[in-house]
Amino acid sequence: MRHRGETSFVRFQGTANYITSPALEDAVNVSLALGRPLLLKGEPGTGKTLLASSVADALAMPLIRWHIKSTTIAADGLYVYDTVQRLHDSRFGDADVSDIRRYIKLGPLGRSFASDEQVVLLIDEVDKADIEFPNDLLNELDTMEFTVTETGDEIRAKHRPFVVITSNNEKELPDAFLRRCVFHYIEFPDAGLMRRIVAVHHPDLASKVIDQCMDVFYKLRSLNGIRKKPSTSELIDWIAALKRSGMDLKRLKKGIPFAGTLLKQEQDLDLIAGGLF
Amino acid sequence: MFVDFFYELRNRGLKVGLNEWLALMEALGLGLHRSSLTGFYNVARSILARSEADFDAFDQAFSSFFKGIEIESADLTKELLDWLENPASWVEDLDPEMLRRIEEMDLDELRRLFEERLKEQDARHDGGNRWVGTGGTSPFGWGGRRRGGVRVAGRGMWGSAMQVAGARLYREYRKDVVLDVRQIQVALRKLRELTREGAREELDVDATIDQTCRNAGELELVWRARRKNAVKVLLLMDVGGSMNPHARLVSRLFTAASKSNHFKDFQYYYFHNCVYDTLYETARFSDPISLGDLLGATTKDYKLVLVGDARMHPVELFRPGGAIHYWEWNPRPGIDSLSELAHHFRRSVWLNPTMPSLWGHITVKAVRSLFTMFPLTLEGLEDAVQALVAGPGDLRAGKAVSAKGSAF
Repeated sequence: MRHRGETSFVRFQGTANYITSPALEDAVNVSLALGRPLLLKGEPGTGKTLLASSVADALAMPLIRWHIKSTTIAADGLYVYDTVQRLHDSRFGDADVSDIRRYIKLGPLGRSFASDEQVVLLIDEVDKADIEFPNDLLNELDTMEFTVTETGDEIRAKHRPFVVITSNNEKELPDAFLRRCVFHYIEFPDAGLMRRIVAVHHPDLASKVIDQCMDVFYKLRSLNGIRKKPSTSELIDWIAALKRSGMDLKRLKKGIPFAGTLLKQEQDLDLIAGGLF
Repeated sequence: MFVDFFYELRNRGLKVGLNEWLALMEALGLGLHRSSLTGFYNVARSILARSEADFDAFDQAFSSFFKGIEIESADLTKELLDWLENPASWVEDLDPEMLRRIEEMDLDELRRLFEERLKEQDARHDGGNRWVGTGGTSPFGWGGRRRGGVRVAGRGMWGSAMQVAGARLYREYRKDVVLDVRQIQVALRKLRELTREGAREELDVDATIDQTCRNAGELELVWRARRKNAVKVLLLMDVGGSMNPHARLVSRLFTAASKSNHFKDFQYYYFHNCVYDTLYETARFSDPISLGDLLGATTKDYKLVLVGDARMHPVELFRPGGAIHYWEWNPRPGIDSLSELAHHFRRSVWLNPTMPSLWGHITVKAVRSLFTMFPLTLEGLEDAVQALVAGPGDLRAGKAVSAKGSAF
């Protein structure tokens, strides 16, 4: 157990463009203070990915993104040894192949370690990768160092990066990994918070207009039989579309204009085609 | 004293260990909870819960733990106030005995001790001596407070944390309750068998290096096939009659399975009540296929998933001609057809949307003697998937693995 005097770490309180809940702020600060990765889950469109750039903005740190795909392996995050290039150079090229370091390219995790200043590292959609992927990262995230086996170079984090990991719950994450993370589940914002979020993105909107839009939005979400509920980002896009079309509120009474920005599934659009309200 | 909160959490099934405990201590020591109970609630939850499925249990533990204090002892308010405002001293004040042990012992030993104390706690708790707020010997000041006592920055922090915890907002995230299409898909994703098959299109670097070295540096490229999921699934669904109340649940399962594009092959057929000699491609019982043809077309490595309540009149299961549809006279009893299915496939499970308490029925029992049965809940589905992918072996081995899942 470490004892520390007055706290010296930076605190996050949201930014002008990103509204947080107190619980999320607390989770970010716990994660910053303890130096543990922050694991974010929540419905799609609740701003999981956005949080990382917002923290980076607020704390004036560079952001390094690592988008995980189904083919990503943990070692890619550390470094890639471009063997094919070196082979190519050795056979056909005139490049100097004796320096192996020229063919070592640091991955996102490696760059976040090697950086001269503290960075925010976003590991986006960690559940996309193979089920063993998070386990393969455990050691490096714990010790914040790794060795490039080809050169023997040790890459050690000069400043512990603030790691934000997002997951869409497509795969269950291993226990050992979860144990090391600070966890937060971004809930779907309630009307009050949503109003503030909308106001940030559309500051020029009259509150009566927001009321009406939110009314339609929450009605849609509560609709029985809807397959893909519209989320925050869709609401904001929808309002943007309404605004561009001149914001004719009378149209809202008759039906939902630009429903395609809110609902992405054909069945859902069919569902409201007959008129809802 | 504070340790008791962990016992409460553990009793409610949260996997809270020393690691989390120490992390929480550190966080509180740093003042991250902003000297408020709401802050404490947020901080503790972010460290102690590992998934939104844990939130409900956490809330319950939190409210049961802190509610007791609120009612039972009002005289310790000051201590709690002190603690909330000066948590650094709290960390230093940690039970000296515990600190000494932490320093002296290795982790395994500590774990063992932790478990022991957990058991002790159970005993005391059962004895009716409520450990929350008895006498205030704790150095931590989790003793209690008067209503409205802790007011930090002009807000009743206590009240709001208790409200959040008491409202049980996260009940629907519990694993044992809801089951939507996406969750089913998540569960089904674990149904996979990765193999390398098909065209060799991926450079096998290790083998290339090896071959090149063997060739004394003359380049020799070696290619291999990509890893692909080889799982093949056969889904047989009971529809109509007693299954009508479960139609929505079964259709969710079907939607999830048919959308799971990671299966190498997915086939599905419908039956009514019991599988006889004929199955149907639609839920309206059209496009029949004979059981023999179906088994001829599916190899034994298909994973067989049956969905049904397995509850019917015994005649329908045990007698020839028991089929409920008049046009379908079955020369052999349904149980024989089921048995043929069970023995044809290496791995099979039966998902039952009814409560396990109803599984004592004579026909359900008979079906369970052939198939391992799991409830159609998220947990049941996860166990079923595990039984389907468990290492190589025959059906019997599968049963051994999943016995836990179906024992109620």
